[in-house]
Amino acid sequence: MAHAHTDHPAPAILAEVKPVSFPRATLVEKNRSFSWVTEKICGIIEGPTPRWWWIAFAVSGFLASFTVAGIIYLVSTGVGVWGHANPVNWAWDIVNFVFWIGIGHAGTLISAILCLLRQKWRTSINRAAEAMTIFAVVCAAIFPVFHVGRVWFAVLPGYLFPFPNANAIWPNFRSPLEWDVFAVSTYGTVSVLFWYIGLIPDLAILRDRFYRGGDKIRSALYGFFAMGWRGSNRHWSNYEMAYLVLAGISTPLVLSVHTIVSFDFAVSLLPGWHTTIFPPYFVAGAIFSGFGMVLTLMLPLRAIFRLEDLITQYHIDCMCKIILATGTIVGYAYGMEFFIAWYGSNPYEGFAFINRAFGHYAWAYWIMITCNVVTPQFFWFKSIRRNIGLVWILSIFVNVGMWFERFVIIVTSLARDFLPSSWGYYSPSAVEIFTFFGTFGVFGVLFLLFIRFLPIMPMAEIKAVMPQADVHGGHDKH
Amino acid sequence: MAATFYGLMARFDTAPDIYHAAQQVRDAGYKNWDCITPFPVHGLDGAMGLRRSNVPKFSLIGGLTGFTTGMSMIWFTGAFDYPLIVGGKPYFSPLFAFPISYELTILFTAFATIAGMFILNWLPQHYHPVLKSKEILRGLDDAFYVVIEARDPKFDLNRAKALLSQAGAKEISELEA
Repeated sequence: MAHAHTDHPAPAILAEVKPVSFPRATLVEKNRSFSWVTEKICGIIEGPTPRWWWIAFAVSGFLASFTVAGIIYLVSTGVGVWGHANPVNWAWDIVNFVFWIGIGHAGTLISAILCLLRQKWRTSINRAAEAMTIFAVVCAAIFPVFHVGRVWFAVLPGYLFPFPNANAIWPNFRSPLEWDVFAVSTYGTVSVLFWYIGLIPDLAILRDRFYRGGDKIRSALYGFFAMGWRGSNRHWSNYEMAYLVLAGISTPLVLSVHTIVSFDFAVSLLPGWHTTIFPPYFVAGAIFSGFGMVLTLMLPLRAIFRLEDLITQYHIDCMCKIILATGTIVGYAYGMEFFIAWYGSNPYEGFAFINRAFGHYAWAYWIMITCNVVTPQFFWFKSIRRNIGLVWILSIFVNVGMWFERFVIIVTSLARDFLPSSWGYYSPSAVEIFTFFGTFGVFGVLFLLFIRFLPIMPMAEIKAVMPQADVHGGHDKH
Repeated sequence: MAATFYGLMARFDTAPDIYHAAQQVRDAGYKNWDCITPFPVHGLDGAMGLRRSNVPKFSLIGGLTGFTTGMSMIWFTGAFDYPLIVGGKPYFSPLFAFPISYELTILFTAFATIAGMFILNWLPQHYHPVLKSKEILRGLDDAFYVVIEARDPKFDLNRAKALLSQAGAKEISELEA
């Protein structure tokens, strides 16, 4: 940046060392105009439905029917249709729950934490990432809600939410599981609110474009949710403040959600669970898996809709580096768990970790290590970050690895606890497997509807970080 | 019914233009006027002379309400309505009540912030002279507008028009209410 501040003369040292001025990475390539952004994003919604969309929608819908069928069978028969049995009374249900919740965390990281850190590259990916968060929370919520079996008990007689049950007893607020109910429902609600606030200005554009185009019905639908937004700067002033406050409260929220999820385990006394490293380790893992999912979703969207000027190589580099950083934190946590198990000299704790790596579930452990510790290290190399196909494949490894992490933590500790007489081996039932894989269909259906009917990028936010948006014409004159 | 005159809407094509135009309209002493921009233009609040938004006051009230709700709900259920010993722990302690109160603080803050934004912006307002103008299409896309309302005590059609053209307006249209 030019040093044009006359009232703040540059320090004398600068003349001697001649610092290199690095150009900032451009966030929108090829000097696109504001209206190009509008046409590009709105064009996706206004154009005809592509054939691939219908195919993907049909496949996702079919896959989602597995979850629906699995749940109907579960509710009508009982929780015995899942493979849980002593001693592994928690298994795929909570594994899947933690997996999906973790995926959501990248969306909130992008929309809230990167907003507070003024990372402008977040603008082109935050809408889709927030949508991913919401749909991931939907998929996650299926498991705790339905694991109670008679699902209506989750709400009305107060298994989960505080309504007095048949004996007028309230939920146990000392339990991290009850904290989880509040953490996850707050997380879901605040994510929806944050997402909706971001959508308002873009819905207003669609309202007026459809109105002028003669589509009164669609105009009324978008217009209803646009709340009569008219781009007034008096409104923007309050809007920006509301957005900042929401970013400010979503930051502690997202950190607290996975912290509380980790308390589900850390507060228990089971070897392998009872560790203080869990909260930061879970949060890092959640962001790691979430960015994996963001790349898995955004790279195909970028290719299909030709969004290379908006999701540039710089964006992909940034996401890869976050995966590298958080993946390395996760790898460090795996190592530190082993160290503390040895250093703590608790024979049960020591056994739990040796058993994880070399016991009956060693296959799962080494899948986890390969996917979570080895995979991200590839992102040190620029040539790999520039190979979009390879980045996409590696992002899927991240997703797989993080599912296995939760499986390893939960199942190995339960299958081999203190007494050998209560050891066992857990395998999922077919119902469980179908219910879980079906959630990818549920997610797919929701995400496809999102990209078809809502602007996949926040147009107003992208325009605000373009060079033309600078009121000083790109020069640092005040 | 004859349309009543609402005000003037002047188009500017770049962000620096609207910034300088806003400064001039502010300095001319108008009160009932506004800028229509496709995105929040950085620095325009200052150029318009707007004060800091009051949204955080709503947020604070929401947050305090949420925290109090959490603490009192857990006290009411566990220590008042049905005291029950669980694991030999006290009926109520702010420590175990904290995580839920923390989440409810955030939940209530979020709702209050958004409610505050809507209330202060007087939204939803689905009818507005600016929305009726065909210019809104560009106002949300790539152009910037200054709107001066006729009800402003200093409003005089010719002087307002002169001010806007002098500020560099590309096109000035009249809005009907």
